[in-house]
Amino acid sequence: MTDENAPTYAPDDAPEPMIRLEGVGKTYPGSSVPAVERLDLDIPKGEILVLVGPSGCGKSTTLRLINRMIEPSEGRILFDGEDVTTVNADQLRRRIGYVIQQVGLFPHQTIAENVATVPRLLGWDKARIRDRVDELLELTGLDPGIYRDRYPKELSGGQAQRVGVARALGADPEVLLMDEPFGAIDPITRDRLQNEFLRLQSEIRKTIVFVTHDIDEAIKMGDRIAILGERSVIRQFDTPERILAYPVDEFVSDFIGSGSTLKGLNFERVRDIEWNTTFPVATEGDDVAEARRRLAASPEVWMLVLDREGRPSRWVNETMLDAPGATLGSVGPQVRAKVLPNATLHDALEELLLSNAGQAVVIDEKGRYQGIVDVDRLADVLKRMRADAKRHYDQLATAAADEAVAST
Amino acid sequence: MTAATVPARSPGTVTRVVQTVREHAELIVTPVLVVVGGILLRLNYLRSDRTFADERALSWERNLKPQLEQHISLALWSTLFVILIAVPLGIFLTRARFRRLSGLVVGFATSGQAVPAFGLLVLAFAWLDSGAWTAIWALVFFTILPVLRNTMVGLEQVDPSIIEAGRGMGLTTGQVLRRIELPLAVPVILAGVRTALVINVGMAALAYLIGGGGLGQTISAGIQLQRDLVVVTGAGLTALVALAVDWIAALVERALRPRGL
Repeated sequence: MTDENAPTYAPDDAPEPMIRLEGVGKTYPGSSVPAVERLDLDIPKGEILVLVGPSGCGKSTTLRLINRMIEPSEGRILFDGEDVTTVNADQLRRRIGYVIQQVGLFPHQTIAENVATVPRLLGWDKARIRDRVDELLELTGLDPGIYRDRYPKELSGGQAQRVGVARALGADPEVLLMDEPFGAIDPITRDRLQNEFLRLQSEIRKTIVFVTHDIDEAIKMGDRIAILGERSVIRQFDTPERILAYPVDEFVSDFIGSGSTLKGLNFERVRDIEWNTTFPVATEGDDVAEARRRLAASPEVWMLVLDREGRPSRWVNETMLDAPGATLGSVGPQVRAKVLPNATLHDALEELLLSNAGQAVVIDEKGRYQGIVDVDRLADVLKRMRADAKRHYDQLATAAADEAVAST
Repeated sequence: MTAATVPARSPGTVTRVVQTVREHAELIVTPVLVVVGGILLRLNYLRSDRTFADERALSWERNLKPQLEQHISLALWSTLFVILIAVPLGIFLTRARFRRLSGLVVGFATSGQAVPAFGLLVLAFAWLDSGAWTAIWALVFFTILPVLRNTMVGLEQVDPSIIEAGRGMGLTTGQVLRRIELPLAVPVILAGVRTALVINVGMAALAYLIGGGGLGQTISAGIQLQRDLVVVTGAGLTALVALAVDWIAALVERALRPRGL
């Protein structure tokens, strides 16, 4: 059994660690207050771990302790099980990619020379370097034929950071440290770079530590998020879903801000929840009186009219059907709020808020009706997410209490 | 319309030529000045009434050529030593560990330039005896400041995030210095070297005072003989040498400037 003082490094359902920080701290000489208090942290292999916290909380310092740009004043750093606290820091850094907000491309070198920095340090031969540079430029969405021989001053901010990422991946490091990499880029380009980076990560599966002060970026990018308070103390370390559903204390809930519950809807997809399939439905050309009777018998106010291919076309209510000469297919507003099963619940919520009938219609790829999602279902999902997260934390607390009892 | 048939590139070509001329104006104007100045000096010489003393003082083989050579070699040697001393010193003083010494050393170098040139030469003479080498060391002391200061400024103005990125990728401090800091500081360092070179060419005109030779001899002879022709020719040649040397330095500066900056 672990003893009661054993530090918790990571959520217990996280994959095995690539990097482990054991009591790593930094106190600058002449200062009595540590910049980073003794920190125990596991960085899960193949995942993006986001360190997020208010400005000045020491998250960048923590990141720079990992590749020893700042030498820790206490503790140990384990890299894939190997103690690297005292190995040659320059050699260590060649195994860890590093991306910073200011990019820091070498202005007197071409893009290709920049990207080749670490392979050259490692003494790769020319042909291998050239192939690698072209591969990386393509991977990051830059045409090697156009950009290889350009100089950094000819690039836009977004392009420069693509090169920054390509350069960090130069010698295919297992670990990538990114310090607010998209912080200085305009919102539209940032969004695109984030999406592209997530796609890239789904291919390369690196272990990534990503620092940001922007909780929305953290939620979007992180497989796991560590919310850091002052002196880099971990306030909550978990998946974005659970952090949103169950902030453990006031600091965390203040930091993630209002609307965090709604943000949680981004993590579940329409296909993951149960749709209402007993909603009253009729097909164009059906008998109006019969449809009218069925609508009256159901608890719903609206009835969905499908066209002959089974695609949603109109909403009708009883008043509309009562109008003289009404036929199914000629009256009622068009159905606009349609979602595919792989849409997020957040998308579904937006759709149904815009819908006349207050419902989002789930359709398949061919546009055929599958079921209905309404606000009540979404509220149920939110409740369930919160209950799941709470149960998870209750279990942790119980387990900790049990251990405490067992060890006395 | 005829305008449509005019080849589109002709205004473009003109603009390009104008732009090239404007960009390189500095490089084009100086040689023209030197050539025109040389011709004017020669014409002035031919059109003047010359005494025997004038002819003797301005004899190419006997006086002007050796003095010119001496003059240039004084300037070049002193500048070379300045580079060899000031650039490494500047690198040393911008390293984190030694940065606190920089105030002291820069202060010392500033005093070199604060002392009047004449006084410096005389001090050097009193200390080292006469001759060209004494003059060279005096010049070195006098012009160490611009190169030292520009080396330090050049290294300090390198964007810290570029150094951070280099260190973060595993370049050693030495590699960062050689591959990043120095290449990026080259334009600023060269500007300092050029300043030192031009000062040295001018100062070398005073080297004759302590037996260092140079075109100062002709100027001084002209003053003693009270012959305007000799003074003007000596002073004019000194100015032309300064311009020509500055021009060559400008060419070197452009050639050595890293691409991409």
